[in-house]
Parts: sequence; structure tokens; C-alpha cells
Amino acid sequence: MTVMEQRGAYQPTPPPAWQPRTDPAPLLPDAEPYRVLGTEEADRADPELLRRLYAELVRGRRYNAQATALTKQGRLAVYPSSTGQEACEVAAALVLQEQDWLFPSYRDTLAVVARGVDPVQALTLLRGDWHTGYDPYEHRVAPLSTPLATQLPHAVGLAHAARLKGDDVVALAMVGDGGTSEGDFHEALNFAAVWRAPVVFFVQNNGFAISVPLAKQTAAPSLAHKAVGYGMPGRLVDGNDAAAVHEVLADAVRHARGGGGPTLVEAITYRVEAHTNADDATRYRGDAEVEAWKKHDPVVLLEQELTRRGLLDDDCVAAARQDAETMAADLRERMNQDPALDPMDLFAHVYAEPTPQLLEQREQLRAELAAEAGAEPEERQR
Amino acid sequence: MTTVATTPATMAQALTRALRDAMAEDPSVHVLGEDVGTLGGVFRITDGLAQEFGEDRCTDTPLAEAGILGTAVGMAMYGLRPVVEMQFDAFAYPAFEQLVSHVARMRNRTRGRMPLPLTIRVPYGGGIGGVEHHSDSSEAYYMATPGLHVVTPATVPDAYGLLRAAIASDDPVVLLEPKRLYWSKDSWDPEEPASVEPIGRAVVRRSGRSATLITYGPSVPVCLEAAEAARAEGWDLEVVDLRSLVPFDDETVCASVRRTGRAVVVHESGGFGGPGGEIAARVTERCFHHLEAPVLRVAGFDLPYPPPMLERHHLPGVDRILDAVGRLQWEAEN
Repeated sequence: MTVMEQRGAYQPTPPPAWQPRTDPAPLLPDAEPYRVLGTEEADRADPELLRRLYAELVRGRRYNAQATALTKQGRLAVYPSSTGQEACEVAAALVLQEQDWLFPSYRDTLAVVARGVDPVQALTLLRGDWHTGYDPYEHRVAPLSTPLATQLPHAVGLAHAARLKGDDVVALAMVGDGGTSEGDFHEALNFAAVWRAPVVFFVQNNGFAISVPLAKQTAAPSLAHKAVGYGMPGRLVDGNDAAAVHEVLADAVRHARGGGGPTLVEAITYRVEAHTNADDATRYRGDAEVEAWKKHDPVVLLEQELTRRGLLDDDCVAAARQDAETMAADLRERMNQDPALDPMDLFAHVYAEPTPQLLEQREQLRAELAAEAGAEPEERQR
Repeated sequence: MTTVATTPATMAQALTRALRDAMAEDPSVHVLGEDVGTLGGVFRITDGLAQEFGEDRCTDTPLAEAGILGTAVGMAMYGLRPVVEMQFDAFAYPAFEQLVSHVARMRNRTRGRMPLPLTIRVPYGGGIGGVEHHSDSSEAYYMATPGLHVVTPATVPDAYGLLRAAIASDDPVVLLEPKRLYWSKDSWDPEEPASVEPIGRAVVRRSGRSATLITYGPSVPVCLEAAEAARAEGWDLEVVDLRSLVPFDDETVCASVRRTGRAVVVHESGGFGGPGGEIAARVTERCFHHLEAPVLRVAGFDLPYPPPMLERHHLPGVDRILDAVGRLQWEAEN
């Protein structure tokens, strides 16, 4: 048989039928970020919730100011302020139930504090004291993550494990716009969607990854659009509208709790301060842009709404501010005390049982400390 | 009914049994990785586990090593004891950020409040004719990361014992599985109770008086073969199998070197910046006055792992080890 005859004998058939796995339409985010404050939706918002959000926003704003001041006094090595983003921080903490978990990144100190962690313990990482000052299990808050997006797969694994055990636990994982470019972001979302893990991915898009603007970060229509590729819903929300952020996150948490799987929520917000106190934001953005965002301030937006509905009088405002001042004074006072660190603790938590090598090194340090202590009186005599 | 105590078993079978025993004893032990479920792993180490324990306990994950290890971190945070498979040595590299930034230091950064009891199984090393990225010896990277235990078996019983010990450990353990020994057999009866020793102990595989070969994993059988061949030269070599690279058993190693006065470190991975440099330094620091020659290293060459048709020139073999031992004698005599 010739080659031509063989070819002639071949009967091509159509390829096996292809079907999209999921209809993408319901997963797509809305064209506009969801808003509540200043819209008709606002009238439906729960007054108690709005007042609680307001009190937390005022506290959060004051906390950011106090922590920034502490960097200037040398009490904090660095502080990445979330001023302007308080609505995101507070809503993230308030949508969770007690048994749920929060996975914060380094800018999310406010969310950690709003979840109930002691304000001083939330700052030990940034003070240069122990990396994680709080017990992650006490309030179900993972350590503040400095590497970008690497905490997201942890959230997925924890939520997955909880579901395998039959526990009602949702994990809310926070990440910035820059973090969405990292490989771990992709892997976490993919695992979560495949496993239908009860996770909410919460992107605070504050416009910049240190100095790099979103336009240089992604070519996607929005970060929420990325959800469609993983087969999970993407939601877009005005990140300075505390009521809207709370509502969208609460929906996503409910969806996860009910077995619906993960959601990607993108909050459009703005980092009013520099990346940290070590950053010069004037090199990469203009005053006009910052001023425009300052006029869309999360605290003022909510204050106006509460006032319009008659839910806030001067006494309420004064009480919220007084509460924030008390918190700030306490934070200031306790942060101004020198932490007492025991150098021997260096070896305490490397392994469950120190290795023989670490035991040797521990003895070396002990001897050095003893020599230092012994040398002191002599030094003074000189 | 009598049990034949000399039923030969392979290292692969011992590893499978270790996983099965651990999963049967403790419902918090979960196995996850690429292909570990239906297929039973590309080396069949997880064979039958998904069928026996269900896909929730032995899970085929998406193909993503950082995701596999990262989700395992979260699972361990919630009280499970995950055992992840990295499939091949060089495939573990995408997971390195999770490994060094989180796995190794979670206990430390939380002051002991959040230990991570997880096991990372990494088939490693050459000698199986694998194509590029399938034969790396990455132990130096793991050894250089504080917070990890790093162990590697050379025998069938140790494969069982070390994997059980790794899973039982409250700390993360990297278990380096010498894949060219997967099919090596031993008179180990998979039905008999097997021993689980604590991590961190080396063992003298062969006693001798002329010199000590310090080695681990895939190089152990090579060193034993070299020791047999060395008898023709009149050399009586001792072979120490480290079994655990972290923690390092200075005691067993130094006791041996003090007896013999000479030492050669043998491993497959490159010598420069490799485990042998650390081991030689430790031995020199502790046994200098007992040494009659410098501690020598026989290692793989300092090059990316070669193509399989050339790997026999790269891997430390009996001749290269005997040459080194010969140089030890020379150094001692002159």
C-alpha cells in the first residue's frame, strides 16, 4: 500500500465535544465598584453596624497616626500606614465569626487589632521585637506576612483542613495589588477553587506596589476579573465605603460558609501616606491625585451618612474620638517602655527540642553573657 | 502459621508501608502532591493510599509545588500532619519560598505557638538515567535553612524508620529519598514490627580501623562496596551512615574518626559549598589532634547535574573513593 493510499484510508472524525466548565458570566465583576454610602442602598444599612464601623474607623485612623508618630520617635523600626484604607481593614475583621481565621499581610495591623489582638502585640514585628507578638490561635489571626501573597495558600490549606474536619470555619486572606502578581497568589486561588475551599481573597488595591502603579502591575481589566480564570466569582467594591466593603465581604464569607467556595474581592482604595516612613511618595505621584483621594475619605464618607440619617450627633463623635485617644495614649505609653528581651530565647523556638549544635551555641552565648555581666563592674572602675 | 523473616522488601515498599501505618494510626496524617492519588505517585510510593484512606486523606493536587507546600502549611496550622511529595528533587525549587520563609521558621516567628508538623518527601539524586532536572542533590540548600530537619535513609529499615519518625516529629522534616535505592532490596519483613528511631543519630555500617568513610543516602552502598574492595589494599575502612544531616551526629562521627585518625566524606552533590565542607570542618575542629591526614572529600563535580549518558563520570564511585583513601595514606606517611 502506498503512502497516498494509506492517507486515503484515514477517516478523520470531529474532535470530542468541548464544553466550557463554567459559565463565566456570573463570575464577572460588575463594571463599577459597588457602593452603599451616598446611594439609595444606604437607607437599608443596619444602623448598629454603621455605628460600629464608624467607631472602629476612628480608632483605626488614630492608631495609624500614633504608630506613624512612634516611628519618628524611633520606637518602631518601620510602619506601613493604612491611612485611607481603614474601611477595608475594619470590615475584614468585622465580617468574621469567632471561629474564622484572618490571614493578614504586613500592612494589615489595623485588621489584626480590630479582630481583638492587643495593639502592642500587633506591633512587635514592626518594633523589631519578636516577629509575631501574639498567639495566632488566641484570636485566629495568622502571623503578619512580609513575603507577598505567601500567606494565601496557608489560608486555603487551613480552610480546607477545617472543612475536612467538619468545622464551620472561613478564612479571609488579605493581599495588596502588587501581591496579585506573585506566583503564590495564582496557586492559592487555583487550589481554593479546585477544592472549593471556604476562603475569601481580599485584595486592597491601593494603587501602588511601593512605587509601581497598577498600570505597570497588570493588564487585566481589574484585579477582580482575575477570578474568572480560576472559576470563582470576582467582586469589585469601593474600598473607602465601609458599608459597601462590609456588605461585599459578608456576602463572600456567607457564600464560602455555605459551601459555595472562594470569592475574590477587589477593593479600590488609596494609600494616602507613603509605602512606609522610609519611602518618598513624591517621587512617583502628584499632590493632585492624593488630594482627590483625601476628599473621598472613608471616615468622612461614613460620618456624612450617619449624620444624614440622624444616627450620629456631636456626643457620639466625641465619644468615638475619646475612645480612640484612650487607645492611642495606652499604645504610646506601653510602646515607650523598653521591651525586656531574654537573649537566651534565641534558641528556645527553633525546634521542639534544640539540636546538639544549638545546645552548644546556647552555652556559648550563656558564657558570653556571663562574661559581659562579670566585666561590667570592672569596666565601671576604669 | 510461620512468618518468613527474610522476605525481601524494597525501600519503596518500606516507604509505602510507613505512610500506610502512619495514616492508619493517626487520622490527622494526610498525604498530598501531584499524582499521589489515583496513580500512586510516579515512583508508586503512595500506591493504594487513596483507595484505602480516601481522596481526602491522599489527595491529588493541582500541579504547583508552592501551592502544595503552602496549603500543607495551612493544614498543619489547623492540626493536621501533612506529608507532601515533591515528585523530583529539582521540582521542589518552586516551593523554596514557602520552605525557607514559612515552613522552616513558623515555630520560631511565633515563639513556639505555631509549630508545623509536616513532612516533605523529596526523591533525590542521580544514577537512574533521569533527564535534566530529575537527578539533583539539593541537600545543602535544606541543610543551610535553620528550622528544618534533614534526613536521608540508605537502607530499607531506615526508610521505614525515618519516614515514621519524620511524620511523628512536631517539626518540619525534609526526607530525602535516594531514588536509585528505591528498588534495592533488603531482608526486611514488611509484616514484622519495624523500629522507629529518633532523628539525629548516625550509625556505623561497617567497622574498620584504617580510615572512616562518612557518607549518607545513595553513597552508602557505594562506600560499603569501596570498603570491601579496599581490603585488597590492606585497608580496613569504617563506614558511617549519617542518616540525619540536621541535626548532625557529631558524637558518632567524631568517635569513629578518633579511632581511625583519617576520614573521607563521600556524597553525590557538588563539593563546593556542599555538605562535605561542613562535615570536614566539624571533624577537623573536633578531632584535629587525632587526625593523621586532612579530611578529604569525594563529591560530585561542581557542575549542573550532567546528562544521563555522562553521569557515571560525575557520581563518586568506588575507584574515586579508593583514590582518596590512598591519598590519606600518602599524607600520613610523608
